[in-house]
Amino acid sequence: MSDKVKFKIDGKECVADKGVNLVDAAKQNGIYIPTLCHLEGVKPAGSCRVCNVKINGRFMTACTTPVADGMEVENNTQDIQELRKIIVETLFVSGNHYCPACEKSGCCELQALGYKFTMLVPRFPYAFEPKEVDAESTKLFIDRNRCILCKRCVRSIKSKDGKSIFAIKGRGHNAMINIDHELAAQMTDEEATMAMDNCPVGSILKKERGYYTPIGSRKYDKEPIGSDIEESVII
Amino acid sequence: MSKPIVATTSLAGCFGCHMSILDVDERILDLFDLVEFNKSPIDDIKEFTKMCDIGIIEGGCCNSENVHVLKDFRKNCKILISLGECAIMGGLPAMRNNIPIEECLREAYLDGPSTKGHNPDGIMPNDEELPILLNKVYPCHEVVKIDYYLPGCPPRADLIWNALVALVTGDEMKLPYEVVKFD
Repeated sequence: MSDKVKFKIDGKECVADKGVNLVDAAKQNGIYIPTLCHLEGVKPAGSCRVCNVKINGRFMTACTTPVADGMEVENNTQDIQELRKIIVETLFVSGNHYCPACEKSGCCELQALGYKFTMLVPRFPYAFEPKEVDAESTKLFIDRNRCILCKRCVRSIKSKDGKSIFAIKGRGHNAMINIDHELAAQMTDEEATMAMDNCPVGSILKKERGYYTPIGSRKYDKEPIGSDIEESVII
Repeated sequence: MSKPIVATTSLAGCFGCHMSILDVDERILDLFDLVEFNKSPIDDIKEFTKMCDIGIIEGGCCNSENVHVLKDFRKNCKILISLGECAIMGGLPAMRNNIPIEECLREAYLDGPSTKGHNPDGIMPNDEELPILLNKVYPCHEVVKIDYYLPGCPPRADLIWNALVALVTGDEMKLPYEVVKFD
């Protein structure tokens, strides 16, 4: 039993493999912790903060925290869900998210979290900051208006010899996602599709694809995000 | 008790939200039993003739006339609802917010594919009768106080129906997952 740890999420007894991060450990126990930057099997970054939970009374990001024996985790409480809703609203106002015109609409994880938290309007003013679109690559569009700087693409999409195809340029307020056009030109169609699918928003789009799935059949049209892990609780 | 009075308007919108109001189908007959319409494109009443209970706003504010109408609605309606993405966040018209206004006008009247070479005098609309474009498109709640928000592009007919029924009956509004959408 030494390779298993016991912990509690909202009072429920859970068991998971030692060393697993809390998001994946919760998933093994049928509990959904919302995330935007986390991607199973990829080194966590803790950049979006949506997976905030309270561990032994302190706020921590679940994706960067390995489970430990005896952990007491608060996940689905009103104040934590409200905090997550605030983070989602912040992401909506700091980018330029025109859902009605976005090819990713209906399959977008940020939008799906907006639905999950019943975000009717963000409580913050819209920034409307100018961001650039990079359409130079043969297979991909990079639309920085929608980028939430989660670094999923940086961490998960590599060239055949292990080089990063995507990278963050600049720091702080000036940070933006960039693509290596030479490396991107060598991507296969499957790799380009994976880059698009790994992007939680509509920032990386495959060219010549457009509005692929009809409204009504898209991923989050009928099923709330996380409902594949647990019966979703909408607050 | 007299029926609650509803007013509606479309500011910088496409009238899609109003089409969605009509999309309640035969319930439109029940709606006319439940409420009375005042200033609205639905009955073509142009000016407020009395104080209204509910004002439904489609579209954001892109020009001075939109601001004028919105303030008029705030003055004449007890409850204001932002209906649809344009009212809530500016929507597609707000895509110009990152482009300088002069560049927008040049593209529309001088350099665009349909105008280039056809406007040798470089005339741009500039008459005091015409509303002035704002520097950017504003969500309604950044101009006046808005009480409720119904997102969607357009908001689903069931969402509009649920909201109106809840407001008229005083019951809690139903927000099923399928009807709260941003597109």
